[in-house]
Amino acid sequence: MSKSTTVQARPLSPHLQVYRLIPTMLMSIVHRITGGALYFGMVLFVAWLAAAAGSKETFDMVNGIYGSWFGLLVLFGFTWAMIHHLIGGLRHLVWDTGRGLEKETATKMAKANIAASIVLTVLVWIVGYVVRGGF
Amino acid sequence: MSDMRTPLNRVRGLGSAKEGTDHFWRQRLTAIANVPLVIFFIGFVIANNGASYEEIRATIANPIVTALLAFALLSVLYHMKLGMQVIVEDYIHGEGTKFVLLIGNIFFTLVLGVVSLFALVKIALGG
Repeated sequence: MSKSTTVQARPLSPHLQVYRLIPTMLMSIVHRITGGALYFGMVLFVAWLAAAAGSKETFDMVNGIYGSWFGLLVLFGFTWAMIHHLIGGLRHLVWDTGRGLEKETATKMAKANIAASIVLTVLVWIVGYVVRGGF
Repeated sequence: MSDMRTPLNRVRGLGSAKEGTDHFWRQRLTAIANVPLVIFFIGFVIANNGASYEEIRATIANPIVTALLAFALLSVLYHMKLGMQVIVEDYIHGEGTKFVLLIGNIFFTLVLGVVSLFALVKIALGG
């Protein structure tokens, strides 16, 4: 076996930056990012559940943090990530059956994914506030 | 029982990771389970928005709610573990770092699972 002593950087094959950003590509990237965000966001739900299993003071403190403007902002983002990832997952399940892989259909599904995720997230929050008894 | 298959037959279709489509299959299985469970979870959060300590504990202690939350946690956490494993395998190329992160991924999801399920059982039993 010969030992390579090359110090000069060798050319790499082109990656993402050489492609024009298209809806299917963007939604694929967003699907992974939302998945990663949800992974760490899960800590929020587990902490909340643990607080509910603890004392009333702990629970009220956690609710207070989550109910602050920053907490609500994070939870809004969490809701969107969850709904986007859910719809993205449904797209994958459809593709698994061999359907929806045509270029035009896949692009439509990608656009529908982002649109539906935003609409549903806003809807979930409106219903949430209605249940609570107004804003 | 001794395996009657030939060595070739035993590894055929299992690929370089020696686990075949196992990861893919579990990812899809938990994904399918997650669909109704996450929808339930969103409904659960909406319905209990603004609920007091006593109210939320009474709701969670309902056997159906406890069971559905437990299923949701198990399915979501397993799905999470599989997904993060792929992210690590895709982007982390240093063998040492990859090894540490793959183990960390398992520990992270396991700790979340133990803490949340313990909390769930504690509330369900009125503790």
